[in-house]
Amino acid sequence: MGEPAEPGEPVAALAEPAGSGRAGAWARLTANRMTSVGLAVLGLLLALTALAPVLPLADPDATDLSRHLLPPFSEGAWLGTDQFGRDLLSRLVWGTRVSLGVGLAATLAAALVGATIGLLAAYYGRLVDTLLMRGIDTVLAFPYLLLALAIVAALGPSLLNALMAIAIVNVPFFARAVRGQALAIKNLDYIAAARLSGFSDARIILTEILPNVFPVVVVTMATTLSWMILETAGLSFLGLGAQPPTADLGSMLGNGRELVHRAPWVAVLPGVVILLLAVGINLVSDGVRDVLDPRLKSGVLVRPAALTARRLPDAASAAVSAAPAPALGPDLVLSVRGLSTRFEVGGRVLKAVEDVSFDISRGETLGLVGESGSGKSVTALSLAGLVASPPGVMVKGEVWLNGGSGGPIDLARADLATLQAIRGGRIAYIFQDPLSALNPVLRAGEQVAETLVRHRGLGRGAAMAEAVRLLDAVKLPGAREKARAFPHELSGGQRQRVMIAMALANRPDLLIADEPTTALDVTTQQRVLALLDELRRETGAALLFISHDFAVIGDLCDRVAVMYAGQIVEQGSAAALFARPAHPYTERLLQCVPDLKAPHDVTAIPNLPPAVDRLPPGCSFAPRCHRATQACREAPIALRALDGDHAARCLYAEEVAAGTAAPAGAPAHG
Amino acid sequence: MAEPLLRLDGLTRRFPLGRRWPWQKQGVLEAVKDVSLSVAAGESLGIVGESGCGKSTLARMVVGLLRPSAGAILLEGRPVWSGGRVDRAARRRLQMVFQDPLGSLNPRRTVRQLIEAPLIGLTDMNAGQRRARVEALMDLVGLRPEFIHRHAHEFSGGQCQRIGIARALAAKADIIVLDEPVSALDVSIQAQILAILADLRARLGLTYLFISHDLSVVNHVCNRVAVMYFGEVVEQGPTADVLHAPSHDYTRSLLSALPGETLAGYRRPAA
Repeated sequence: MGEPAEPGEPVAALAEPAGSGRAGAWARLTANRMTSVGLAVLGLLLALTALAPVLPLADPDATDLSRHLLPPFSEGAWLGTDQFGRDLLSRLVWGTRVSLGVGLAATLAAALVGATIGLLAAYYGRLVDTLLMRGIDTVLAFPYLLLALAIVAALGPSLLNALMAIAIVNVPFFARAVRGQALAIKNLDYIAAARLSGFSDARIILTEILPNVFPVVVVTMATTLSWMILETAGLSFLGLGAQPPTADLGSMLGNGRELVHRAPWVAVLPGVVILLLAVGINLVSDGVRDVLDPRLKSGVLVRPAALTARRLPDAASAAVSAAPAPALGPDLVLSVRGLSTRFEVGGRVLKAVEDVSFDISRGETLGLVGESGSGKSVTALSLAGLVASPPGVMVKGEVWLNGGSGGPIDLARADLATLQAIRGGRIAYIFQDPLSALNPVLRAGEQVAETLVRHRGLGRGAAMAEAVRLLDAVKLPGAREKARAFPHELSGGQRQRVMIAMALANRPDLLIADEPTTALDVTTQQRVLALLDELRRETGAALLFISHDFAVIGDLCDRVAVMYAGQIVEQGSAAALFARPAHPYTERLLQCVPDLKAPHDVTAIPNLPPAVDRLPPGCSFAPRCHRATQACREAPIALRALDGDHAARCLYAEEVAAGTAAPAGAPAHG
Repeated sequence: MAEPLLRLDGLTRRFPLGRRWPWQKQGVLEAVKDVSLSVAAGESLGIVGESGCGKSTLARMVVGLLRPSAGAILLEGRPVWSGGRVDRAARRRLQMVFQDPLGSLNPRRTVRQLIEAPLIGLTDMNAGQRRARVEALMDLVGLRPEFIHRHAHEFSGGQCQRIGIARALAAKADIIVLDEPVSALDVSIQAQILAILADLRARLGLTYLFISHDLSVVNHVCNRVAVMYFGEVVEQGPTADVLHAPSHDYTRSLLSALPGETLAGYRRPAA
């Protein structure tokens, strides 16, 4: 089943800018200091060139040999004159105008032609793709300046021909970038939906694909613009672009070349302007790319810390080490007390996990069940400080890991070195998607061996031998050969076995499995679950099993905790909780799932779970609950013990567990 | 027997396999092998199987997104594919709801534009008629009218799937191919979408081809089931027969792998 991976979800929701759209993009652009510098430099140059006709500048082409080669700061010529007595300031401003104009025009032309080629090649594929892209490859096969020279040589030197040559040389960059993006989009379901809507090919390319590749076109334009300006200058420098007396930066540079010793300013000044222009454009384009490039959106720029940020009540005080270790039973492996983890972005505070407490004993399986966004994965990641920070912050609670040589440790207050020894050692994780959890460039056996080297200090040879033994223990067929396979060469079930082998490598006390079979087929799921259960029995490890699937939880778990909107709403033995659910959410959720083995009426829960930054003041489930009364909506509800270790966060838990109908007058939902 | 609404006759689809070296012989993957099925009007036929069994390829051929390599798809006896194209009337009547609710909606379009697309491409309605139809469809699938100018990313998975259903129904299609329509959704949302689908089928007399890997959901939604294994239909018949008295080994192994025995045990006394 393809339930979206949960840990990323609240974070992804946060990454969405509050005021998305143009204003948000501009704010993100200017938030980058280097981009702001680039914008200032570029803005000044653009303003000067745009205002050239109205500025009190001398005629750039007027020669006056009596005033030739005046140095800068001369009277009537701030930046001096060239060998023909032409005013350099005026020529610089007009020349920048020409260079910028030609660069922009060439960029636009290359973008238009390149994007068209890329779109056609990607959409039609096969022969069209082969012909167009091999043509592009041919262009790329020549050194670009040589090709530009050849084109200008064939067409004759002129600014327009230089523009065309540079545009042609740059077409491949656009064609390739657009084709790559369009190929990815072409296979998305919304393009299939457009075809089902009876849209023509032209319409699909123009209205469905083009708007979605547009950011790539803009990014490519931003990154190639400065190149194109430099190339124009290069051609003009060689006398193949702007023809005298027209000033452009390249021809000015060429003009000053022979005078470098006598009058260096004639060549240096246009050089400086070219430098400023290129640096300004590059700084801005880097900023534009960071804002627009979809590949950078996922937060590649922000690297999460190795340890979740904490703001625990007594963490700052000196009495940390004196925090009393609770008396824990010898069988208890983990005791979580009042754990609260939040995501903080801008002014929003998302209470992803709020006041979560549970115990797990040796050899026991605790099922943590809930829907996406209920906080079950964040709970699991909080235990070893693995929640991404920013934006995650642990604000409350204790996480006692029992049974070590030095007595219980509070993981919520342990330092990074302690946690790193525990992660993959005494606490091991198995994630939903083994393909993204495994390193794609390391062989399966090496990845298992790595954790043995790290935690047990084995030598490489011994670690590899042990890795093969572990892969054999998780019943990976042909373990010796499969140890040499890369993750992509294994099937989904095989990859998950490798993950399990890694997790069990150091004989953990606690195994945390987060939706380990959700991405697998039902027959593979059955085998992986059986393996997990068998290995747990053999090693005596405690298992925290996270799933949205009641059927799987029921088969595997001794005790179950149900999460909703960041809180545990019900907890108890699997038998008690499933036979007599005491929280209306559990009761209703069980009615939502069609069950082939015990068919029953399927009734949906109306509406959606609340956003965890806008929780209602009372019970989080009250807005969707058919039993809710005024009392439920007024104040938070505490988790209340019923019989045995069965507990529920509901004022009417006894009635719910007894199966009594909702009181008359409660709002009915369909 | 009268001609069924939809009939698949020896439907086959082959894909060329990649080669490592140009001198190697090109392999062929037969994703769907000689599948024959018929679907009566108003029926809900489930197609179950594990990943890679060819059920999605079959779905894409039926709605005309993928050209069959051999065999025919007949809508009231008329071929859906003719001369490499999809018959225009068939295009309007056969629509699809996709597995990934968000991925099937263009991120640059508003709800109105998304639902309106088939009306533009497949009907002659003018702007005013289209607007009224979009509003009626939003009401039909339970989307609040004020959502009309919002974009897909502002919605939850369940709401996106409602938009997808409204779009499939827009041009009055009567056969809907549902490709894993609830498997990407949360449990409580799954039940909402299943309820809408059941309600729409009853009210509009729709015919469903329900592709799923989830036998419990198929048992709940479908009156007939076909089980696919390596591109072939290995067993088909009324849901109760296939899922409660399977005759093929593969169906039996699927059923025995289904989790939930313990849960069913807890449930039974209450039910």
